[in-house]
Amino acid sequence: MDWTTIFVTTVEAAIGLETVVYALAAIGINIQFGYTGLLNFGQAAFLGVAAYGLAVTVATFGLPFWLGIVIGLIATVILAFLLGIPTLQLRADYLAIVTIAAAEIVRLVFRSVAFKDVFGGSDGRQGFSDGFYALNPFPRGEYGIGPIGFNERVLWILVVGWILIVLACLLVYLLMKSPWGRVLKAIREDEDAVRSLGKSVFSYKMQSLVLGGVIGCLGGFVYALGNASVQPDVFGTELTFYAYTIVILGGAARVLGPVLGAAIFWVLLVFIGNTLSELVAAGYITFMTTTQVGPVRFMLVGLGLVLLLIFRPQGIFGDKREIAIDAR
Amino acid sequence: MHADEGTTPSSRKAALAAFAGLPSEPGVPKPDPILVVDKVVRRFGGLTAVNVDHVEIQRGSITALIGPNGAGKTTFFNQLTGFDTADAGEWTFNGRKMNGVPAHKVARHGMVRTFQLTKALSKLTVMENMRLGAQGQRGENFFNALIPSLWRGQEDEITERAEKLLARFKLDAKSEDFAGSLSGGQRKLLEMARALMVGPELVMLDEPMAGVNPALTQSLLGHVKDLREQGMTVLFVEHDMDMVRDISDWVIVMAQGAVISEGPPDTIMSDPRVIDAYLGAHHDAPLSAEELEEQLHEAEAELQAEAEGTPASTKEAAE
Repeated sequence: MDWTTIFVTTVEAAIGLETVVYALAAIGINIQFGYTGLLNFGQAAFLGVAAYGLAVTVATFGLPFWLGIVIGLIATVILAFLLGIPTLQLRADYLAIVTIAAAEIVRLVFRSVAFKDVFGGSDGRQGFSDGFYALNPFPRGEYGIGPIGFNERVLWILVVGWILIVLACLLVYLLMKSPWGRVLKAIREDEDAVRSLGKSVFSYKMQSLVLGGVIGCLGGFVYALGNASVQPDVFGTELTFYAYTIVILGGAARVLGPVLGAAIFWVLLVFIGNTLSELVAAGYITFMTTTQVGPVRFMLVGLGLVLLLIFRPQGIFGDKREIAIDAR
Repeated sequence: MHADEGTTPSSRKAALAAFAGLPSEPGVPKPDPILVVDKVVRRFGGLTAVNVDHVEIQRGSITALIGPNGAGKTTFFNQLTGFDTADAGEWTFNGRKMNGVPAHKVARHGMVRTFQLTKALSKLTVMENMRLGAQGQRGENFFNALIPSLWRGQEDEITERAEKLLARFKLDAKSEDFAGSLSGGQRKLLEMARALMVGPELVMLDEPMAGVNPALTQSLLGHVKDLREQGMTVLFVEHDMDMVRDISDWVIVMAQGAVISEGPPDTIMSDPRVIDAYLGAHHDAPLSAEELEEQLHEAEAELQAEAEGTPASTKEAAE
């Protein structure tokens, strides 16, 4: 049993690239779902559109890095409007149906043969991150404490990613303490009541959808830059559902819920996966092989979530009193 | 009802004076209408839920809208407040056309409603519920929201106003509790107080007494009367006839989507059209002498019409 490796990989997972990407995606969903009650099941598309906006601008058209970021952001906002305008006047379920379908359409367009020249088919795009790493202030080398460490490229993207998370959390904190946030929470409770009090529900829902999409799209940039490549299948529906899991795990409508949720989600996956692999390799577990560990760890995480929903339905940061109100 | 006649408040006197001498006919014009409705129609498939020809609501009065179940009262409310779109017709509020105006703009113009099933925002505190009602909040703009100094002052004013209202409605002790933890009656009070935060001219209450225990009914009644004292106009839907008699200055009766009668509360229930609407036109009550005579006259008129060559069936259709 190599406990050091398990420990190191677990700690690295807690602050690693996946955690950053999913935390940003989940902060966006928390604004939409946690605070406003919008069921956006297409968060993957927002990340994908941003990542591809950047990758295609730089890799396909040879334009500068910053222009790629701007185009990614614009594409995200356009996507939010495209999804929101027809659905936000309707009942909540319509947004859910349209977003989940739109996310798949976006992914299939990215991997389609017809647009292979632009999006690169199922191989995606590479070689667009030089502009980002040219800005890296860390000299070449390994950084870390003891056995836990990252090279200068990973460190740079993680620093940028965590700064984005801090800024996003600060933004959510300020907004949700303000009258603006109060309107969002009221819409989640009952939009007709909000209408009867003279607020334009459609406008606030749209603002929430755009804001959540833009914060999520930062996760798309971080993913693309951290891996220095994008592939269409990364932005499948499971990305969205992991993000929802993370929001519920951390506690919906809590500022730090999604961040803590993302860290716990990935720590659990990595810890359980590596521990099981080690146990199988060392011969302590005989009824499964190392290749079966991958699916089994998801089963165990799923079991953990079920137990969480039974014993702590409000999530880790949630307020028990709020759940009690629903039970009335 | 009669006990307080000696101390009738001035607003009630004024309201009653405005209605004095008006005939009890559907669509009768009022001296100073705040809301004028013309030919509003709403159909659901083959069913005509609302078909109101003309109705006016007197400013500064408490007007009750009554009618049997399924008369279209709530649907009519929804049309007027922009929560549902009318198929035809138009209405003006303070002389301003309001058909086709979305619900939130209707509220901004000063026409605020409550709901039959109370819509307290459960996971917001009572105080937050109240603050939400205030209009023109700078902090409700996305960019201003990020700079608290822009809206703090206004927020304090709003809070002060909300505290006064909550004290009036005896909810001040609950102001930091979740609205979801209030009782049914307290939610009704909260909803009414919240509607007042908007600063309405016309308050439209959809069954304010539904599900409220008798102990709270009196205080709710007092609050509704209070609205008129403060110069607001009240239009409310209600089933409880005692309440209607107690507080309303004028009663409008709807049945099968149409306004069938209007009149002062103490005489409206003896109107035969209203009795018909509630009990059915051919209820088998023994006929009174006048009714017998009336039927006789009708039959005679019919015979005469037939003799003159007008088929009776077309006359019936015209009725």
